[in-house]
Amino acid sequence: MPIIEVKKLTKIFGPDAKRAIPLLNDGWSKEKILKETKLTVGVNQASFSIEEGQIFVIMGLSGSGKSTLVRLLNRLIEPTGGEVLFNGDNVLKMSTEKLRRFRRKNIGMVFQKFALFPHRTVVQNVEYGMEVQGMSKAERHQKAMTSLELVGLKGWEDSYPDQLSGGMQQRVGLARGLANDPDILLMDEAFSALDPLIRKDMQDELLELQSKMKKTIVFITHDLDEALRIGDQIALMKDGSIVQIGSPEEILMQPANKYVERFVEDVDLSKVLTASHIMRKPETITLERGPRVALQLMRDRGVSNLYVVDKGKKLIGVISAEDASQAIKDNQTLESIIQRELPSVSPETLLHELFEIISTTRLPVAVIDEDQRLQGIIIKGAVLAALAGNTIPEAGA
Amino acid sequence: MDIPKIPIAQWVDKLEKLLQEYLSPLFNFIRLIVGSTVNGLESVLQWFPPLLLIVLIAALTWYVAKWRMGIFALLGLYLIYNLGYWSGTMQTLALVLTAAILSVVIGVPIGILCARKSAVQNIVTPVLDFMQTMPAFVYLLPAITFFRLGVVPGVIASIIFAIPPTIRLTNLGIRQVPAELVEAADAFGSTPSQKLIKLQLPIALPTIMAGINQTIMLSLSMVVIASMIGAQGVGADVYRAVTQAKTGVGFEAGIAIVVLAIILDRLTQNALRKKKKQ
Repeated sequence: MPIIEVKKLTKIFGPDAKRAIPLLNDGWSKEKILKETKLTVGVNQASFSIEEGQIFVIMGLSGSGKSTLVRLLNRLIEPTGGEVLFNGDNVLKMSTEKLRRFRRKNIGMVFQKFALFPHRTVVQNVEYGMEVQGMSKAERHQKAMTSLELVGLKGWEDSYPDQLSGGMQQRVGLARGLANDPDILLMDEAFSALDPLIRKDMQDELLELQSKMKKTIVFITHDLDEALRIGDQIALMKDGSIVQIGSPEEILMQPANKYVERFVEDVDLSKVLTASHIMRKPETITLERGPRVALQLMRDRGVSNLYVVDKGKKLIGVISAEDASQAIKDNQTLESIIQRELPSVSPETLLHELFEIISTTRLPVAVIDEDQRLQGIIIKGAVLAALAGNTIPEAGA
Repeated sequence: MDIPKIPIAQWVDKLEKLLQEYLSPLFNFIRLIVGSTVNGLESVLQWFPPLLLIVLIAALTWYVAKWRMGIFALLGLYLIYNLGYWSGTMQTLALVLTAAILSVVIGVPIGILCARKSAVQNIVTPVLDFMQTMPAFVYLLPAITFFRLGVVPGVIASIIFAIPPTIRLTNLGIRQVPAELVEAADAFGSTPSQKLIKLQLPIALPTIMAGINQTIMLSLSMVVIASMIGAQGVGADVYRAVTQAKTGVGFEAGIAIVVLAIILDRLTQNALRKKKKQ
């Protein structure tokens, strides 16, 4: 069961906003509703579900309703219609008291402008959520310190927020959001106010934290690169509606409509595509065969190299056509002509990291998984083709 | 068409009579509270030997504000003592402090209510405007009717005149707490009172203190008027000097009020700055 399930979640701003819901159901556009009723549609019937441990990115330009949508999840903004189910429990039906408990225990939040309390020290900021739920001072202090350590701010606990840099302040924000170990962490443009370099560090750290803590994260951003970097699932929003939900690859490779297409066309593919996207099927041979078989295979397939693997598909090395014909003349075994040193990368290697390796080697680059099994090879042409945005070969084909 | 004169004066007189008739137990109660607060404060202040109190106040000013202010307080207060206005100044101080304390006790909660509910603000704001612009002499009369002559109607009139800045700036200070901080407090599941105590009041405090400072200054400016209905103190000395056309005496008593005003102003202005440094 998904940890969060959102069904037709709608927010309309204006007096007596509920009257616009039937209009939305009839398929009226945001503009038409604004013109006819003076009501502003913030979020239009958004539906999605988030699995536990996922990073779910909601992406869109400013004014697309993404920040409103995330606030509907913990009712910082009261939804006009629809449902938000947290483990099957409808958040919209919760009483004030129950909602408060939900916010205290289950859902944390990190804000774009950090929203740290200026009159409290770093550790007091991190303690805040636990303080309001009445946790004892010793316990909350200890948890806050653990959380600060997690984000690398040990030693700064007695500073005030204005004594820290932006990146450090947002670490405090992150520590505060995580301190009480909530099930879900909402991050509203959490890294948007940071410098690009610090931003990338924070993204890396978030991914690292995530791999340790397995939190469910709802991450809002207007930056597609960021979305593609950290998202397991991405929901793209426009004018309050979700236009596409999918994995980063699905969004890139199969844009649902012109809007998404336009959005993704400027993406630096070299920072998104990985070795597994552009590798092709290698021609392989096992060690037991002789040089004659190898040479014949190369002729048949029209290649000048063969990859030697064992029965478990583990990569041993590569042989070239010249070496194979030399071996036939000298009556040598295949074993003696294997080149065991060859460039290899993991399937997750990003394209832009491949450039250097590709440019310094004559051989295609082997793609191997963590068990040294050969997954595919990458030839120069494929890298260029992928960057040009041309037909990207099916993975492994 | 001839519209007859609207009998506002009669209505107000009637209201005054009605209030006096039905609410006199309440007025007596207020009179008791205010009267005993002023008297209590005054007897504490008068209990100290003047020179000791001068040194204590100067030391406090030195500690809270700058050392130069400490010296000023020492010299200024000694001048008051030397001129023979010490006892009157202490009576005035007791009146001003009582008015200020009661203004804070009443004004801050009203300010908080205004900040929370715009409807309250919409009602309170014009009332405050009315209180600040209606000439003080006008409400001295009902104050005498309800509280009789003496220091109590003086305190009440001072409060009416001086409370608006505390209410206004408390309201403003809370409303000026950045929305994202309030949102963060909400997101972590604060109750409204937790939000108020842990976030809004601490952040609004400098603004609230500015309001309290104004309130103290305004109530100090009321001491001469209060003396017309029987409040004792340097205000009464000024009033007497004015009615007898004694410019020199009036000036002496006036200096006492100025010295008191400057010390109170610097103390309240710097109270927070000191705290922040620590």
